Amino acid sequence: MSAPALAAELVCPQPWPDAALPLLAARGLSIALGGRELCRAFDFAVRAGQCVAILGRNGAGKTTLLHALAGLHDEGSAATVRGEVRFGTRPCAAWPPLQAARFRGLLPQHRASPFAATVLETVLIGRHPHLGRWGWEGEADAAIARAALAAVGLQGFDDRDLRALSGGEQQRVALATLLTQTPRLLLLDEPLNHLDLHHQIATLELLAALAAAGRGVVMVLHDLDMAARYADSIVLLDGAGGVTVGSRDEVLTEATLSHAFGHPLQRCEVAGKTVFLP
Amino acid sequence: MSRARLARHPFLALALLALAALAALALALAVGSIAVPAREVFAALFGDGGGTGAAVVRELRLSRALACFASGGLLALAGTLMQVLLRNPLADPYILGVSGGAAVGALAAVVLGFAAPWMDAAALVGALAAMLAVFGLAHGDGSWTQTRLLLTGVIVAAGCGAAITLMLALAPAAQVRSMLFWLMGDASAANRPWPALVVLAVGLAAALPFGRDLNVLARGQLSAQALGVDTRRLRRGLYVLASLFTAVAVTLVGTVGFVGLVVPHLTRLVLGNDQRVLMPASALAGGALLTVADTLARTVIAPRQLPVGVLTVLIGVPVFLFLLARNARGQTR
Repeated sequence: MSAPALAAELVCPQPWPDAALPLLAARGLSIALGGRELCRAFDFAVRAGQCVAILGRNGAGKTTLLHALAGLHDEGSAATVRGEVRFGTRPCAAWPPLQAARFRGLLPQHRASPFAATVLETVLIGRHPHLGRWGWEGEADAAIARAALAAVGLQGFDDRDLRALSGGEQQRVALATLLTQTPRLLLLDEPLNHLDLHHQIATLELLAALAAAGRGVVMVLHDLDMAARYADSIVLLDGAGGVTVGSRDEVLTEATLSHAFGHPLQRCEVAGKTVFLP
Repeated sequence: MSRARLARHPFLALALLALAALAALALALAVGSIAVPAREVFAALFGDGGGTGAAVVRELRLSRALACFASGGLLALAGTLMQVLLRNPLADPYILGVSGGAAVGALAAVVLGFAAPWMDAAALVGALAAMLAVFGLAHGDGSWTQTRLLLTGVIVAAGCGAAITLMLALAPAAQVRSMLFWLMGDASAANRPWPALVVLAVGLAAALPFGRDLNVLARGQLSAQALGVDTRRLRRGLYVLASLFTAVAVTLVGTVGFVGLVVPHLTRLVLGNDQRVLMPASALAGGALLTVADTLARTVIAPRQLPVGVLTVLIGVPVFLFLLARNARGQTR
């Protein structure tokens, strides 16, 4: 099945009638971690249909920023976040946790469960915010989970032990869990980790198709070429507090990227696609 | 029946476990220095059976069997909750020093000459203090937590052991006997099972609605928050419940090790990892295990009695190893 067809299978239950209203809006957002400034107050919005890439060198604060955009904070994290993040019309802190979980989902970078579980059990975890206190996952939930597994190319993996899967397969299980959550706003921390080239492209095609179907996608990426190909806007962190927000063509320039990554980069056009040569 | 099939039918598994628990209780009532036939046990419980057999069942064996069932269930449930709380399958009230903390509290109350209700309160305070120390020091969600947690738990348990030895050495001879009760895990003096049974029932009923939240929490704190779980409140609740369960169990039968570690493991191996099934299953299996262990403890070398804590380990280890070995071959879980 094509990516748009797969994306169409994963219906988002929350309508978003007002296309002009951003799904996510950050105003005056600044983040510091351990006395180091990661982002100096900046504004940023994600609209339905947008696919945004967060770029920057190691330790620039991409993950911390993504968590702040999700309205989450680690209990152990020393990050201080200032400014406001809104989901729709309300500040994210004003959303009840379960309601927020139906609206935005996060693909975390590190996941390790100490307990054994099958693939289907793991993916069904994504249904949690949709079920009541006493609710059990039913056939409808399993159908959504199976559609999500099919969308990441893992159909038939239902009863496999999660810990017997390869790194790339586990990454796709995590992606399927996020899809099963059916959030309108998808926040992904390095969704391409461990994936082979084919599945990198398939994943990005799927995310782009979800965006095209009215979702919002924000992803931390390392691959500039993929960002140039699939993201329509970019948040670039330079590691010293500077944040550049703009459309793909505004931000992905040789000068800006070379400065942010501390390495000279050359922009080339190959077969109609933009690539950056280090 | 295979594991996979049982895991798909959690209510059947729970029903089987409930039957096993009833069988264990019936065995505990019927077996002993005076064998009481099943008919008389039934009459003693539900009718107006007279005679020595009925009196033994009603006045001695029933309260002891129920005390063992309640303590076993509480310890197993505490282990289940702690394993989710710390995302570590090795967490257990005994290993983490919580049992030791409870014993220190209770023994200190004995040494200081407080009455029995204060002993229970002191056990609870001791359990909470030990768990606070372990939890506070090993707090975090990184990969280092497991080692750090276990080391912290071992150190706290060792400290509790030293404090217990010190109190035993300093205590007047008349009190040493009642203090040894704690350290051996002995149910012979357990004659007030009802508070523990109530705590078990109410605690389980309070934890069950949060079963799916626990499933989510087991995948990690960040994922749980992103899925709408109030992890801070949930973890606090788990912490308090697990400590309370441990303290109540230890107050009743002393420091019985192993139940909190092995029973959740066994149930998990057979039933999978859904906490909604695992919690009641662990409570039933833990209760049944301790009841059977105590029945053996007072019959194998009758008229002398063994400490039940020794028996739980002797029963638990081979069963656990067998399941682990079978599982490694089956590659299922």
